[in-house]
Amino acid sequence: MSKPKIATASLAGCFGCHMSLLDIDERILDLVELVDFDKSPINDLKKFTGKVQIGLIEGGCSTDENVQVLRDFRRHCEILISVGDCATQGGIPAMRNTVPLLECLEEAYCNGPTVYNPSGAIPNDPEVPLLLDKVYPCHEVVKIDYFLPGCPPSADTLFQAIVALLKNEPVDLPYELIKYD
Amino acid sequence: MNLAERSFITKLCQSCGKDPHRLMDIIIGVQGAYARVSGDAMNLIAAELGLPRVDVESAVSFYQFLSKEQKGHVRIRLCDDIIDRMYGFDRILKAFSEELGIGLNQTTPDGKFTFETTACIGMCDQAPAALMNNVVVTNLNSDSVHDLVESLRKNLNPEQLVKKTGNGNNSHPLVRAMVQNNIRRRGPVIFQDFTPGEALRKGLAMSPMEVIRSVKTARLRGRGGAGFPTGMKWEFTRAAAGDRKFIMCNADEGEPGTFKDRVILTEKPNLIFEGMTLAGYAIGAGEGILYLRGEYTYLLDFLNETLKERRASGLLGKSILGKDGFDFDIRIQLGAGAYICGEETALISSCEGLRGDPKNRPPFPAQKGYLGYPTVVNNVETFCCVSRIIEHGAGWFAEHGTKGSSGTKLLSVSGDCRMPGVYEVPFGISIHELLEMVGADDTYAVQIGGPSGQLIGRADFQRTICFDDLATGGAVMIFDEDRDVLEIVQAFMDFFVHESCGYCTPCRVGNVLLKKKLEEIRAGKGEPSDLEYLKSLGETIKATSRCGLGQTSPNPILTSMAHFPDAYLKLLHEDKQGYQPTFDLDEAVATAARIAGHGRVHHED
Repeated sequence: MSKPKIATASLAGCFGCHMSLLDIDERILDLVELVDFDKSPINDLKKFTGKVQIGLIEGGCSTDENVQVLRDFRRHCEILISVGDCATQGGIPAMRNTVPLLECLEEAYCNGPTVYNPSGAIPNDPEVPLLLDKVYPCHEVVKIDYFLPGCPPSADTLFQAIVALLKNEPVDLPYELIKYD
Repeated sequence: MNLAERSFITKLCQSCGKDPHRLMDIIIGVQGAYARVSGDAMNLIAAELGLPRVDVESAVSFYQFLSKEQKGHVRIRLCDDIIDRMYGFDRILKAFSEELGIGLNQTTPDGKFTFETTACIGMCDQAPAALMNNVVVTNLNSDSVHDLVESLRKNLNPEQLVKKTGNGNNSHPLVRAMVQNNIRRRGPVIFQDFTPGEALRKGLAMSPMEVIRSVKTARLRGRGGAGFPTGMKWEFTRAAAGDRKFIMCNADEGEPGTFKDRVILTEKPNLIFEGMTLAGYAIGAGEGILYLRGEYTYLLDFLNETLKERRASGLLGKSILGKDGFDFDIRIQLGAGAYICGEETALISSCEGLRGDPKNRPPFPAQKGYLGYPTVVNNVETFCCVSRIIEHGAGWFAEHGTKGSSGTKLLSVSGDCRMPGVYEVPFGISIHELLEMVGADDTYAVQIGGPSGQLIGRADFQRTICFDDLATGGAVMIFDEDRDVLEIVQAFMDFFVHESCGYCTPCRVGNVLLKKKLEEIRAGKGEPSDLEYLKSLGETIKATSRCGLGQTSPNPILTSMAHFPDAYLKLLHEDKQGYQPTFDLDEAVATAARIAGHGRVHHED
């Protein structure tokens, strides 16, 4: 029987959760014994090869492209997991949610103290993803099966959670790994 | 603040003995005279009463009828409840808005008019209705709005709008309201002739304990809806230690669809005051307070006059009816538009000059109520029953109704029926019998007990109105087949969200979540799993809220889900792809697309 497949993506996040995943160090060898990596920045595979069993999502949705990637994951993944505070709650990017979108863009492209932009235009190339009215946590856009909080969730948390899921065992995370204050 | 206002406020504070517990009277007085309670006014009131300014501001900000901002000379408050919505609320709102040239919650630039909506004002049998300052205007339609506003523009006095006064005491010179009583059925207890003093004379011939025993033998239970045995409440209060004791009458009839107390207050005030006096005698209280909802301010002068007459006849005051040592008097405390003040501990807070926040229980008012003294709080109708029990005897009273629910019940009937109004019926009447009595032929759903009660369908129409089956404070709203059940539920949730006092989280936040989910379902964005969400959230709010408001506010959703599951199911669908139906990508990028000048973007997955 072929190994289950796992896919990962970073939406409006900082790649810190992916770094944390790499931080499992040599245990990555154990992990690849258990799974094959499908679409993921870790192997730089851009497209799904087919259905996968587990999807890990870092970051919330800030642009229409984020939404499309997330929906693509939802269609391909049997189990979809929100990883980290941005995916589960919006995180740092969601700090813009209290500021109207036009003001955000003007600050970034026109009025910011270090901005040099003689035309004063806000970028409007059709290739540039459009920002959403606010940053959404993933579960407000698609159904999410599990949540792994933390900024980032530690390597141990990620490893133990994934292994438990693959082996169909209950997660037994020690208190230190899920205590955040 | 000019000198005149300063001296008005100072005098007002003096007339209340500079008693901080009379804060409500003072701020209502200032609002009435100046259409606002300004920051300067608050400072002055605080100084006069020896209160911190924040206590004054806190109270002013709590009550809907009070405001820090300047309101217009005429404040038009259109009644917003489901019955008014069924009878043209939207059209009338639009008509007012066009006539006045302002939107909701705005004041005309000339300062003449403020336009607002308000929760049920107790006129569902003559809806749509509105308050113009304290004047009630009933049976509004979009044609009459034009004439009303025209006439008010000429002369900013809403009282001139009352061309034809209503029946009974609505035509009394001190009332002069266009309100109709619509008493459709007179039973033996409330709506029979009553000679003031008749019951009191018999009561004072008994010992206080005998009076309580009579009330217990009559098996009288509270008419506000909860049905607590009245005699037991009195016994507790009598037994409680306290130098002073108080009797309070809850006339804060705020449950949407309820208006029977309004009719009792209009037609049988002596029956109420006599019941309160008997209660004072029974538990050893010297003072009574009737808490009158702000919406019924038009009855205030009439009720005060009735109290005056009772004093003159020796039925109130010192040594009542010559009984040495029995002194009792009653004052009326006006409310200012807060549903929560119908909750007995919130009502006590309001009488104490505080925000109408409920208090923790225990201690119950029977131990520590008004100002910390043992207090009996009963409904208007309950006190009327007491008068009759003492007048005609406990046995006579207990003959009516059922074993567990003796006597009669006043029902306020409104909605889809030919004869809306007040019905005095014996407990134990079935919904079928009631519907026939009121001329409702094609009934699909009945809301019993107002929004905090339950919405039932045809399968339950053989059930009976009594404390052991369908308990009610008196509201019965009737809906035909063509009414949208979820629209009804939505109106009730809007109401609860608005009226939550905000003290405890389950009620403040939970009701908003319920309302939001319901709106999503109505917009076609609901999923089957939402039913479980509504149920578990609703149960949580009920179990963890601090007072009766949150303990009943999920009822519209929970009971309609139980009795009208199809109303929900037909709107729910599962998204096969696992997307959240509540997220709309086009809507979410619309602003960015506009800023970028892209026009509308279509997203295909």
